[in-house]
Amino acid sequence: MDLSMKWLSDYVDIGDMSIKEFCSGLTISGSKVERYDTEGSEISKVVVGKLLSVVPHENSDHLVVCQVDVGTAGNGEPIQIVTGAPNVKAGDIVPVAMDGSTLPNGVKIKKGKLRGVESNGMLCSLGELGLTTHDFPYAIADGIFLLQQEEGCPELKLGMDIKEAIGLGDTTVEFEITSNRPDCMSVIGLARETAATFDLPLNLHEPEIKGIGGSAKDMLKSVTISDKEKCSIYIAAVVKNVKVGMSPRWMRERLRASGVRPINNFVDITNYVMLEYGQPMHAFDIRYLEGSSIDVRRAKNGEKITTLDGVERELTENMLVIADAKKPVAVAGVMGGEYSGIMDDTVDVVFEAACFDGASVRTTAKALGMRTDASSRFEKGLDPRMAEPALRRALELVEMLGCGEVVTEYIKVSNGVDTQKSAPFSAEWINKFLGTDIPEEQMIGYLNKLDFTVKDGVAYAPAYRVDIECKSDIAEEVARLYGYNNIPKTVIRGVAEAQLTPKQKFERKLANAMTALGCYEISTYSFVSPKYFDKINLPADSTLRKTVTITNPLGEDTSVMRTTIIPSMCEVLARNYNNRNPEAYLFEIGNEYIPVSGKELPEEPARLAIGMFGKDADFFLLKGKIEAVLDEMGLGECEFEACTDTAVYPEASAFHPGRCAVVSKNGKVFGIFGELAPVVLENYGIGVKAYAAKLEIPEMMEIAAAEGDKVYKPLPKFPATTRDIAVVCDDKLAVAALEKAIKGAVGNTLEKVELFDVYKGKQVGEGKKSVAFAISMRSHEGTLTDEQADAAMKRVIKELAKLGAELRA
Amino acid sequence: MKEQLEKIKSLAHEELDKCESLDVLENLRVKFLGKKGELTGILKQMGGLSAEERPVIGQLANKVRSDIEENISARMQALKSELAKKQLEAETLDVTMPGTKQKIGKLHPLTATLNDIKEVFLGMGFEIAEGPEVETDHYCFEALNMPKHHPARDTQDTFYINDNVVLRTQTSSVQIRTMENKKPPIRIISPGRVYRSDTVDATHSPLFHQIEGLVVDKGITMADLNGTLELLMKRIYGEDCQIRLRPHHFPYTEPSAEVDMMCFNCHGAGCPLCKNEGYIELLGAGMVHPKVLEGCGIDPEVYSGFAFGIGLERITMGRYKIGDMRLLYENDMRFLGQF
Repeated sequence: MDLSMKWLSDYVDIGDMSIKEFCSGLTISGSKVERYDTEGSEISKVVVGKLLSVVPHENSDHLVVCQVDVGTAGNGEPIQIVTGAPNVKAGDIVPVAMDGSTLPNGVKIKKGKLRGVESNGMLCSLGELGLTTHDFPYAIADGIFLLQQEEGCPELKLGMDIKEAIGLGDTTVEFEITSNRPDCMSVIGLARETAATFDLPLNLHEPEIKGIGGSAKDMLKSVTISDKEKCSIYIAAVVKNVKVGMSPRWMRERLRASGVRPINNFVDITNYVMLEYGQPMHAFDIRYLEGSSIDVRRAKNGEKITTLDGVERELTENMLVIADAKKPVAVAGVMGGEYSGIMDDTVDVVFEAACFDGASVRTTAKALGMRTDASSRFEKGLDPRMAEPALRRALELVEMLGCGEVVTEYIKVSNGVDTQKSAPFSAEWINKFLGTDIPEEQMIGYLNKLDFTVKDGVAYAPAYRVDIECKSDIAEEVARLYGYNNIPKTVIRGVAEAQLTPKQKFERKLANAMTALGCYEISTYSFVSPKYFDKINLPADSTLRKTVTITNPLGEDTSVMRTTIIPSMCEVLARNYNNRNPEAYLFEIGNEYIPVSGKELPEEPARLAIGMFGKDADFFLLKGKIEAVLDEMGLGECEFEACTDTAVYPEASAFHPGRCAVVSKNGKVFGIFGELAPVVLENYGIGVKAYAAKLEIPEMMEIAAAEGDKVYKPLPKFPATTRDIAVVCDDKLAVAALEKAIKGAVGNTLEKVELFDVYKGKQVGEGKKSVAFAISMRSHEGTLTDEQADAAMKRVIKELAKLGAELRA
Repeated sequence: MKEQLEKIKSLAHEELDKCESLDVLENLRVKFLGKKGELTGILKQMGGLSAEERPVIGQLANKVRSDIEENISARMQALKSELAKKQLEAETLDVTMPGTKQKIGKLHPLTATLNDIKEVFLGMGFEIAEGPEVETDHYCFEALNMPKHHPARDTQDTFYINDNVVLRTQTSSVQIRTMENKKPPIRIISPGRVYRSDTVDATHSPLFHQIEGLVVDKGITMADLNGTLELLMKRIYGEDCQIRLRPHHFPYTEPSAEVDMMCFNCHGAGCPLCKNEGYIELLGAGMVHPKVLEGCGIDPEVYSGFAFGIGLERITMGRYKIGDMRLLYENDMRFLGQF
């Protein structure tokens, strides 16, 4: 809401209060000021001048040389100015930008020579003063602004500051008005707040209409409200023999300061009243009201109307319209019909002031995709009692501007639904609620300033306060005038203890473990493009393609909630690669969103994603980090298996088929990792090998919980015996199988098996590999004898032989 | 013999003084004190001495021995320390050379900031509550006193999954879930991701993080809200932080407030950073609306409460002086490595 300070002064006199003080005071009492601007503040040394002579330029056929009398602004001598504007002649009164003057947008005017002829300033157009022909309809857009003496305006004197001459200098204050206070979307509303905030008198004005006698009923056969639920009041007044023309300057100035373009006197009056009272109004040309009747009714399904903006719109039965005997002439509270407005040949006009149901206007405006000034006011809920005074004000302005004959009696159809809002008032409760100690009289004083009356423990709100519902609302009114910042600051009484939940602890520890492993945490969007499923090479029938889908996304790129965290990681790896970062070690703890059939809401399981590329990155570095993190998180020993099948893990297709593993515990798979498939790297434009992992956090938590708390194991008392063994076996045979065989063969004296070498090449033959382990054995009963160790190794060799692994010669 | 002993003593002194290595020193020890050494040689002749002379010479010989022993040990000490010094000198490093690269990853700045905020609240006895991001209209709006067609819904441009399911626009939904399941006293914060259909730019993102706080108990006052917010802001922004509350409107609180912090750049005078307002908008807060309490089965005549919502991005950006929100979601290693 843009407020003209001049307009405000009609209702409340703020005296010599600085604009800063004004803005800060209202902000603190609840009407937040966003900014303020003084019109023309950038303009200086521009004065009113008179052209004494205009002669052609000797060196140019389009320039003219003017002698300009700038009166008191000059030294008594006329000044010479060269201009290219074609619309000037001797005798014209014009804005003159003197040498050293400034204009809007930082333009500076200096004297100089134009084709050899001295020019001591510039004659200004409307545009150069930051104005348009809407502001001064008698001027032209491309030419010098030829000033006219307007009625009721200060007399134009030569040398007078242009701002004074054309009425610049009003200050506009922009307010952020919250949706509960539609009453403050008006000059009067803000005047009320100003008066209450600064304890100043409010000078309200009762509109007076002279009228030409007669009744609107003479011209309108009927005015009815068919849908009483959605329209509480409808008032129609008639103005005859209208004279459509320019509004007076004071009105144009105020509209301009309020950010509204002046159009013509009738449109301007409706806008003026809307700004002043907050009541949207509409004017119909009576000729287009078929049957001379008005009904407020629901539209019929499929009924059509072409609105003022020239667009044909199809209506539904949920929408409220103003209709004549045959057709809708306006969408109620939203926009008028094409032919309903004021035209140059309009003779008689119906003025409408009404109150429509907010929710209805809101849905209609939304469905039709047109939010207008009027709809945005109605949808917040207006005070039906405002319609009549606003209408009277409009009629008063019609008479004041002399632009029509007001028929004395208007037609008012009301459902009498205006019940006064009230809420219980108890000073004791308010103090208890706010934590204050404000005397009751002081509270009542604040409420009275806000037009509330207090009687028998009830606070009665003024009619325009449609937001008052309960006693907390009354507390707020008291608090805001008392000053929120004057309320004491106390600490909450009572003790409370709090701790992280197991999930929160687990995730925090997980994040710390990942950083300790050299990974940087990332944060990615939860919504992705459905194309990402193709990018990570998912089969067409993948279950992951079943998503929670946003019906109104910003774009396809962010249109589905991710069912897998892998593409988000790939995206970040790609970005880092494209940004020429030599390496990236990343992790994310984030949710996936999995639709569950039969349930309204999806599941949102948390996942750990890991991603990496760089010179040290390889499959086993990733696996090492995973092993370390699983150990740190207390999952005990987990199993790793090669995976190529999306039936085993849906994201398997994203990985290199020979370099992908799933991790499981007790047969339950809870994660996948590996080198990203070449096709995936290509899809993401990653030019190096990159690796990714996904681990399921809820499953990890379950496993860790089942493993139980960590318990101290006594440190060994006896030394360990270590034997190395190298076997040759089929290249395809998994090291894990060999390890498992060794573990089984050694039995409970086994402490650890460590792979220390894998060799493939000539010495072992095609399709074979040599694998070397260090086997460490230890007993808690005593030092193992050589015989015991040898016996164990014999068992190992026997077991390995069963797998086709022969002791390497 | 006496003279011989004195001679040995002075010879030993002389030679020990000249000795420059541990090997030579050992040779000297053998030479003078060894089994076949000079002193032993002399002592072997003791048998030929008279009974009167024997104790006198014996005493002298012992004195000479201990004198030489002391001398050797002192010399050894000196040589060793000299040697050690030489070795240390030889081992001297250029300590200005760079350390061997070690890598510790880092938490995302949003997580790091959130962790700090969580600490503040845990210390104040607030539990951390979580809830779904894909949420029903009921928990996101209806239960927060925003029935369908409520104009306040316009200020939270919502992503819809269907008519009844949305991406939550605020983590207040978690407050409702908490109040439905837990009786007062309640002290929670609910941090998490929220969604609004804002186009991405330097200060907007369709996904961002909120931390909502809720306190419900008997006798909770607006003064408690003021006090809690001030304490919180001082913990986050430092003791100098000054806050200001001003009336605002949220459907789920009454009274409602917006909380501003005095601009740290101009201290309230007005500057480009605070758009000349002197204050920077921080968060929204208020006393829980009685309708909201009632809807969750909490009697507003018995209990009262306050709630507040903070944007994590804003705090994080302010704290690290990050000028563009997009950086937070681009996850460039050069960015992530800075915190």
